[in-house]
Amino acid sequence: MGEPGTQDIVRLEDLEVSRTLTGRKHILSLLVENRPGVLARIAGLFSRRGFNIDTLAVGPTEDPDTSRITLTLDGAVHPIDQVTKQLHKLVNVIKIRDMEPGSTTTREMALFRVNATVESRAEIMQFAEIYQAKIVDVSRRSLTIEVTGTQDKIDSFEAMIRPHGLIEMARTGEVAISKSRAEH
Amino acid sequence: MRAADALFQALAAEGVEHVFGIPGGANLPIYDALHDAELVHIQARHEQGAGHAAEGYAKASGRVGVTLATSGPGATNLVTPIADAMMDSVPTVFITGQVRTDLIGTDGFQEADISGITLPVVKHSMMVTDPRQLTNYIHAAFHIAATGRPGPVLVDIPQDLSRAEIDYTPAEGPPSLPGYKPPTEGNIKQIRIAAKALANSKRPVIYGGGGIINAGAADDFREFCTSDRLPVTLTLMGLGAFPAPHEQWLGMLGMHGTRTANYAMDEADLIVCVGARFDDRITGKLSEFAPRAKFIHIDVDPAEISKNVPAHIPIVGDAKDVLPKLNREYRALKPDSSRLEEWWGRIRNWQGTYPLRYEDSSDSEIKPQFMVEAMYEATEGDAIITSDVGQHQMWAAQYYHFAKPRRWLNSGGLGTMGFGLPSAIGAKVACPDQTVVCLAGDGSLIMNVQEFATAAQHEIPVKVFLMNNGHFGMVRQWQELFWDERYQSVEMGASPDWPKLAEAFGWTGMQCTRKGELRDAMKAALAVDGPVLLDVHVTKAENCYPMIPAGQAARDMVG
Repeated sequence: MGEPGTQDIVRLEDLEVSRTLTGRKHILSLLVENRPGVLARIAGLFSRRGFNIDTLAVGPTEDPDTSRITLTLDGAVHPIDQVTKQLHKLVNVIKIRDMEPGSTTTREMALFRVNATVESRAEIMQFAEIYQAKIVDVSRRSLTIEVTGTQDKIDSFEAMIRPHGLIEMARTGEVAISKSRAEH
Repeated sequence: MRAADALFQALAAEGVEHVFGIPGGANLPIYDALHDAELVHIQARHEQGAGHAAEGYAKASGRVGVTLATSGPGATNLVTPIADAMMDSVPTVFITGQVRTDLIGTDGFQEADISGITLPVVKHSMMVTDPRQLTNYIHAAFHIAATGRPGPVLVDIPQDLSRAEIDYTPAEGPPSLPGYKPPTEGNIKQIRIAAKALANSKRPVIYGGGGIINAGAADDFREFCTSDRLPVTLTLMGLGAFPAPHEQWLGMLGMHGTRTANYAMDEADLIVCVGARFDDRITGKLSEFAPRAKFIHIDVDPAEISKNVPAHIPIVGDAKDVLPKLNREYRALKPDSSRLEEWWGRIRNWQGTYPLRYEDSSDSEIKPQFMVEAMYEATEGDAIITSDVGQHQMWAAQYYHFAKPRRWLNSGGLGTMGFGLPSAIGAKVACPDQTVVCLAGDGSLIMNVQEFATAAQHEIPVKVFLMNNGHFGMVRQWQELFWDERYQSVEMGASPDWPKLAEAFGWTGMQCTRKGELRDAMKAALAVDGPVLLDVHVTKAENCYPMIPAGQAARDMVG
């Protein structure tokens, strides 16, 4: 249709707009300049445009001049296309990737402090083992457990542990990296 | 040399000839360096005035407008012009002094986190933390302000750093900005699809905005529109991008646009938006906006496309690049103009039934619309007109027929009252050979009235034609129409004696209260070799029509 010189017609009734809401969770991986105030610019953009960040993780990259910001948002609520275009307008944002679910490795870490009585301790430790979690601190009444994995895995661990009395929970938010392509 | 001296070397390298500003404690080193600088400094009376003057300078000339201010209140007084420049995409650089680095974060005297305060309203901002960065930041600021979609850039310089000694070497090549790559060229395949859609459209409307003027593409726009009998409308910011009057010209669209333009949008089957952003003053009720139309959206800012109205054919690119290509592709299709016959019949019918009109007085009373028409005649349609915000702004947009770009300077997006006088000063500095008239409202003029002194001191011969109705006229109109005539705080009450006030500042003050004398009074004012205020007493309670009541559809226009 976009070739030159052809007389083929673009019928107006055939023109359509692309869908703005994808309906799924998106992980945006931002490469940004490592400068003061960059996070404030991104956070400010989200708040003034009414975008809601679900998780946010910031850290260094292999290059000391850049940082990586990984954030997750709900594509059922936010037009992701508009979010990325607005982010691109920030001069300190170098690159944005909307990570493809199939070709991305994601991880999150969480710490749980759970009530652990003499009776329940064994069961909690069994859960931890199933989830390949680590006990990182113990006291007479509680256990602190470190879990690493996908967001779903951590959600599921939380659901299992909650009935025992969840005292406190801290989660890092997801970080993501694309999977390497198969070598031929 | 001192970093402050290097600052002016960098400004000279950017071709800066004029800056607008006010000194203070934190920018003393910069003002000391000004002694040896080759540019002209226009000393404003309030930082807001300096900022709007820089905007007027930029809008009239297309060059970057530069403002200097000190820290704290000097900087916070710039917030309105910065936000204004952001909303209207005005290429501007704001250079503020900051307290010494050892005082930052201590709530020092005249300390304000201006970078933080302005974060939501700048295109970019930079705080100097090492004096050796300063000139690079200045070059980056000019590059960012002027390219892509233009906008304001803030550079904040702590006082001790502008005093520091540095080795200055002129910059070579453009600054390195890895995250800043504004698009320029439109996708040719998209352009071809757009041309074909347009060739197949029976009821097209071309809807242009300020982006055409920013891109310097008014000629390309006119050529494209006139390559066929395409109906053209423009936004408030776009006026002048297409010569009015013209047989293809429908008038301005939007809240106070013509019925013809708004009805044409309502019934169009294809709308080609060039450098505009489907603002709520254009669309009215979004769900009922142009319900039959498909949209081609051309804009240099990808984030504008499909922001408010989803585009069927998005084209990201500079209008200066896209329009000639679109024109070429469209002509190559040899579209059949006769397909537009029926559409023009409908448009001519609206134009005949609903021309812009007002009921003129039968005595000596001056109707505000008559005043704009008189101004058009007195200036022979060939002046730079600035305005404040309100009824007079809308009447100017309706009744002054702008034939060229960069002749109509006003605050569209932010709607800043008090914009007219300082922006006229800036425009006259940029274009000394042109007649510059500020059409002011009496509610607005007093908001930056101190800038009378700036024009007097620097002998900047701007003319202020004051549309004096004794009210915040637009607010009064809304209270009348939508708030059951419960008038509150809209009468100006104790207004100054305007001609006397102007004379007190060293201006020429004039007054006109009779219709029959107005044109001659205006001509006399224009003939004076110096700044003049002409106080014109107009009808007090005239309403600006037609209008789309806020949140309603084009079909619901009243008046």
